[in-house]
Amino acid sequence: MSIEFETIIGLEVHVQLATESKLFCRCSTKFGSPPNTQTCPVCTGSPGALPVMNRHAFDLSLKTAVALNCEIPKFTKWDRKQYYYPDLPKGYQISQFDLPMSQHGYLEISDSKDRFETKKVGITRAHLEEDAGKSMHDEAAGKADSRIDLNRTGTPLLEIVSEPDMRSPLEARAYLDELKLLLTYINVSDCNMQEGSLRVDANVNLHLQTDDGKVATPIVEVKNMNSFRAVERALAYEVDRQLAHWKKTGEKIGDVPKQTRGWDDSAEVTKAQRSKEESSDYRYFPDPDLVPITTTDEQVAKVRDSLCELPAALRSRLVKEQSITPYDAGVIVNQGRAVVDYFLEVAEGCGDGKQASNWVQRDVLKNLKENEQTIDQFGMSATSLAALVKSVKAGDLDNSRAGEVFEYMLANGKDVVASMAALGIEKVDDSALDDLCRELLAANPKVVADVQGGNQKAIGALIGQAKKKNPNVSPNDIRGKCLAMIAEMS
Amino acid sequence: MLDRETVEKVALLARLKLSDEELATMTDQLGKIVGYIDQLSELDTDNVEPMAHAVELSNVFKSDEARPSLDREAALSNAPKKDDECYRVPAVLGE
Ligand SMILES: [Zn+2]
Repeated sequence: MSIEFETIIGLEVHVQLATESKLFCRCSTKFGSPPNTQTCPVCTGSPGALPVMNRHAFDLSLKTAVALNCEIPKFTKWDRKQYYYPDLPKGYQISQFDLPMSQHGYLEISDSKDRFETKKVGITRAHLEEDAGKSMHDEAAGKADSRIDLNRTGTPLLEIVSEPDMRSPLEARAYLDELKLLLTYINVSDCNMQEGSLRVDANVNLHLQTDDGKVATPIVEVKNMNSFRAVERALAYEVDRQLAHWKKTGEKIGDVPKQTRGWDDSAEVTKAQRSKEESSDYRYFPDPDLVPITTTDEQVAKVRDSLCELPAALRSRLVKEQSITPYDAGVIVNQGRAVVDYFLEVAEGCGDGKQASNWVQRDVLKNLKENEQTIDQFGMSATSLAALVKSVKAGDLDNSRAGEVFEYMLANGKDVVASMAALGIEKVDDSALDDLCRELLAANPKVVADVQGGNQKAIGALIGQAKKKNPNVSPNDIRGKCLAMIAEMS
Repeated sequence: MLDRETVEKVALLARLKLSDEELATMTDQLGKIVGYIDQLSELDTDNVEPMAHAVELSNVFKSDEARPSLDREAALSNAPKKDDECYRVPAVLGE
């Protein structure tokens, strides 16, 4: 029995803000230090310690919220979220409850392969909070204890909560890709998932179209996904699981408490975790140790004005001004602003966006990847590459040898003219081309006969011979010229 | 008034284990405290702005500069159980 249904997905993303020091103290946020070497009385919640807000963390969150088209309330405050866990030494997490620093924004997502329609995913809110520490379970040794490292405690996080606006795992993936790209462009986080700088939880359920009307399955929160690919796969799994579970039990939303499930990457399944405490059980109340923050319209306007061009705007500009496809624009913009600037310089230098895009994608990016380099380390300036593309366009350098010239330029740091000279490449003038073709046709009567018999492809046999006699000739020129000469013969 | 179930729930959330006797004492004492505070609800606050903080201050910030942290030895010094690097606590099961 097939049944029509809609998948409903909302995402909660925790992103670590790129600060030197923690949210409420001056301990370093550096990753990978020995355990418990980056803590102080504020981190450990010692009596009498007073937290003070990190200015830069607030600025970064403001920048993010503005880039996500959020409203910035004039007044925001801090709340304590109470729960007991060994990696939370104070017994509460400083977070924001009823008056978050931003709300009601959106992020536009699109697919360059048109697998879904461009849409705005609502941002419910983005609020600041401190991270907890890390528990390590010494299961292998069979020890009864857990070990606690509090280095991470108090690290500034921005929790970005989306509306349940995504309708497929693919859309969820697109949202995450776009969000990460945006955060990287505006420099607020390194978004490194391996180091925990970006974490994703997903809420998912199904809206089924049944004979008795619309029925929703219980909402499940999925955790423990350590890559965007894992998010996509966990959601796809969860869709199948919820559908099967509904067919078996008919369980719908409200019948059971909200369930949390963890993604098991190796088994490729989600597994039930302990049931989540009700939100009211966190017993939020305003933190008396921290004063509120007020923000003026002028401040917000200033942040908005100082924002760099965001990925979405950049993509449409490349499509419009450089006449490249949305797909190509996406590939280039995904590489970061430095690659975009390099591309633009090549495009403007050679006057051909499409060719510039081809060269950057095919040759430059491939080369960077092979050598594990960034564009700043790349051995050829955009001006040099533009000159190369220009030579090809002008017909001074044949396409068949352009790759060779590119390699030479890169290896020797020479410009296109010097590289062509060094490789002995020069434009073959028309009379030399005529002579060569005449000679080839005279020496190959069978090819001439084949072409005259209608097999134009036979001419291909002459290209290799021509290249041997003069490596500078262009295959296209040889082909065109020889065909024209044969046509004149008959 | 506060009932026994509520006190049991709060104790559970705070990871406190209370004996029946303690539970009875707590229910009585906590009930009195909450009852005392509850007198405030007699006031008419319809036209009063909710207060987010007791002091009239806002925007107190520190600059984003990392400073040296506590020595690990000092940080761990008051822990009831520890090893060379970490605090040790009873096993935290599952996630
Ligand atoms: Zn600290």
